[in-house]
This record gives sequence, structure tokens and C-alpha cells, in this order.
Amino acid sequence: MKMKFRIFKNIMKQGFQGAWRNRGMGMASIGSITAVLVILGIVLIMVLSINNLVLETKGKFDEIQVFLEDDISQEVSKAIEEEALGSQGVLTVIYKPKEEALQDMKKDWGENAYLLEGLEPNPLNNSYIVKLKDIEYADEVVDKLSKLDGVEDINYYQDLIEKMIVIANYVRGGGLIITAILILISIFIISNTIKITVTARKREVNIMKYVGATNGYIRGPFIIEGVLFGLIGAILSILIVNYGYDYFFHTISTELYVLFTVYLVPPKALIKDISIIFVSIGMGIGALGSMVSLKRFLNV
Amino acid sequence: MYKEYKNGVKALNGVSLSIDKGEFVFLVGPSGAGKSTLIKLLLKEENPTSGTILLNNMDITSVKNRKIPYIRRNIGVVFQDFRLLPNKTVYENIAFAMEIVGAHPKEIRRNVPMVLSMVDLSNKAHCYPDELSGGEHQRVAISRAIVNNPPVLIADEPTGNLDPDTAWEIMKVLRDINRRGTTVLMATHAKDIVDVMKRRVIAIESGKIVRDEEKGVYENEISHI
Repeated sequence: MKMKFRIFKNIMKQGFQGAWRNRGMGMASIGSITAVLVILGIVLIMVLSINNLVLETKGKFDEIQVFLEDDISQEVSKAIEEEALGSQGVLTVIYKPKEEALQDMKKDWGENAYLLEGLEPNPLNNSYIVKLKDIEYADEVVDKLSKLDGVEDINYYQDLIEKMIVIANYVRGGGLIITAILILISIFIISNTIKITVTARKREVNIMKYVGATNGYIRGPFIIEGVLFGLIGAILSILIVNYGYDYFFHTISTELYVLFTVYLVPPKALIKDISIIFVSIGMGIGALGSMVSLKRFLNV
Repeated sequence: MYKEYKNGVKALNGVSLSIDKGEFVFLVGPSGAGKSTLIKLLLKEENPTSGTILLNNMDITSVKNRKIPYIRRNIGVVFQDFRLLPNKTVYENIAFAMEIVGAHPKEIRRNVPMVLSMVDLSNKAHCYPDELSGGEHQRVAISRAIVNNPPVLIADEPTGNLDPDTAWEIMKVLRDINRRGTTVLMATHAKDIVDVMKRRVIAIESGKIVRDEEKGVYENEISHI
């Protein structure tokens, strides 16, 4: 047990020594890992923000507007309301007379509202605002209501939401592919760096083998060297992403008010997850890179 | 024991030998006869095509790669080109061999000076290899090979790079080690050394043992005439 610990300590010591001796090339590895992780961070923030945006929009547009034909009787209108209320996923049904609709429109148009003055008769329709539990129920409800007498048209935002989900999926998929490629590239860079160390210490390794060092003992320091580079890269990229995004977030929220930031994930919520992800990916890249370069080399 | 390399060269063609504990054996023969191959097989650098190798009555012919380091710890090796680490002092070079096997620091502090005094290099403990002469190099290499007390010491032409006087210094060291009970197997071309030492001589030619005699000499006189 004590012997194992001493061996472990030796391996650690040699790993740190190797990393220090090899710091020039190490910079390249650290740089590549940092770059990969920063890009991963940007992709991650984009994906999360788009997810956020989809969720927000979903919440906002979970209503459908059912326009009624003019001059329908009270009974027909009542029947539509009851049918809507009885459908699955419907929360509330509110009647919106055409006068109110015109008022809302005037409000939306603001300065140009005078253009709407004197519109007689009111060209808008009476309508029901049907609020849904979830946008997913929209299709079914729309299908059902559109068949009823007295319904002229139905307006809802399913298309918009669907498009956004498609975009979000593209961003996610694209981000994943880009990240995977970048990770492969940095594994390659790390493995080359370690290969240079290994070659430089070929003599030493050879002697170690003859004296009876186990493969683990020989491999250990190189893997620690790789992991160390990965860890430093991870820490750098955490700092860059954290402070960079914080700065970006605050600039945007002061320059553009809150319009945009509602859809962005706040930096504080990210730091912990990003740290865990970055440290594990960074160290993983380091370890894997070392192992790749050692595999062929140790076969004696 | 047979060994055929992938390129078709039959380096060893039916070699069979046994060396007892505590023996001092010279392995002689022209270049390319198979001496190095035999040593490589013993060190588990290569595997024989057929046949078995026993070390301490243990079959080491087909041990797993993972176990090879533990076998090598029973065999000290000395090479013609010394193979010291240039960026470590004499002391560190020897301590290195002990660190690898996880020896206690106390043991390291005790054993390293001990082997250094055995080879008469106590005063050079803190020199770097490039400050040493060829003979001193080889004595450090021998110290490193024996510091973990292996039962067997294999020396592959240890005097090949040394002048005759220095070569004799090395031979004295090896003889002392052998006297302490370590089995020594030495491959060599040094005719005079073999002839004077009068130990067991195994001669290999084209992958076969052509002669194996106690208190032998480098060349068989009959073939010489």
C-alpha cells in the first residue's frame, strides 16, 4: 500500500516535471483546448438561449383566435364557445367583440391610429380567444372548431413555433458536429505534443523498461502531463467564457434594455454547469490524447 | 529453443542450454550468430518461435505483457553503450531504478551508496554522466543493474567500448558480483578476457550451440589450426 503510494507520488512528480519541461509545446495544446472549449461554450449558450426563446414564445403564443362570421345568432356563438371549452387542453375561452379588437388595433398602431378613425362599419370580426394549456393541443382544437358553423377563420402560431423548433434543432445539431470535430482536432494536437515528449524521453523510457518499470509507471507521467494541459485549458476557457459572456450580457441589457436579454440565459446560471462540462472535457481530451500517442510506442 | 524472425532469418535454430544459480557464463560467437537474439529472448523483448524459457523454474515463455516488467526485475542488464540518463547524476541514475519498483526512500539512501562503493565510485556520486570516463560509465550501469539485487545479471558486450585496462576493471567488478551469488551471463567478443577468466563458455554459430565447456576458451584450438 505504502509502496503503491510512493509509486503514485513518483508518477505525479514526473508528470508535473514533464509538463514544465515541455511548456513550449504545452502552450499549443493548452491553446487548442481553450479554443475548443470557448467555441463549445458559445455554442452551448446559443443553444440554451434558443431553447429559452422557444419556451418563452411557446408560453406567449399558446392561444388561438377564432374569428366569427358576422350576424350569427347568439345560439351559434354559444355553441362555438361550449365546443371550445369542451376540447382537450383548453384553459379559458374569452369573447372579444369587434369594438374591442378595433380599440386594441388603435393602441398597437399608436401615432398612426388616426388612419383607423371613421372606419364604419367596423370591418373586424367578433372573436373568441382560446387559451391553451400547451401549443401542442392547437392542431386538434383548430381542426375541430374550423368545422363548426359560424366560424370564419382561425389564427394561431403553430407554424412560427414549429419553425423555431426546427431552427433550434439545427443550431443544436450543428453545434454538436462542430464541437465533435474540434475535440478530435485537439486530441490530435495533444497527442502530437505528448509524442514529442515521449520521443525526447525515449532513452529514459527504454531504460525504465529494462529496469522493470510497468507500463502504467511509464505511461502515468505522460497522461498526467496531458491531463494537466487539459485542466489548464479548461480553467482558461471557463474564465474567458464566464467573463466574456457576462460582459456581453450586461452590454446588451444596458444598450438594448431588456428587450433581448429575456431570451438570454443569465451568466450566473451557467457558470457551474459550464465549469463541470469544461473541466471534464478538457481533462478527457488530455488523457485521451496522451493515450493515443503512447499506444504504439509502448509495445516492447 | 527456436527463433525465426518475420523476415525469415532463423536466428536461433535449436538452442538448448541451462545455467545454474551462481554460474559465470561467457556467450561467444561471431556477429550475427544469435547471441543478441538469445539475450533478447531472455529479456522478453522477443518471443521464441518455439521452445520454452525457464527462469527460477518458472516458465516465462508465454507470460502476459503485463507481467513482463516483474520478470525483468529479476534480471539486471548491462549494455555495451551504458545507457545512462544524461540529465541525472550518478546517484540519481541508480536511485531511479529503485524508485521505479517503489522502494522505500530509506532503502534507496542505504543501497545506492553501497553499490557505488562496491564499484569504487563513491566519490563520483554527484557527477553527471558526461563527466565520467567510459569505464566509470559502465560501472555506474552495473551498479544500476544490481541495485535491486536481481538473481541474474546479463551483460551484452559490456567491455565492447572500453580499452583493455578498463575492460579488466569491469571484469573484476563482474567477478565480485558473481562471487556474491549473482548468476552472470556475459556475451562478448573479448578473446583475451574469456581465455584468462577460465569460466564456462558457450559458443554459438549460425543459431546453434557449437561448444559448451567448463573453464573454456574463446576459440576451439582444433578449429583454429
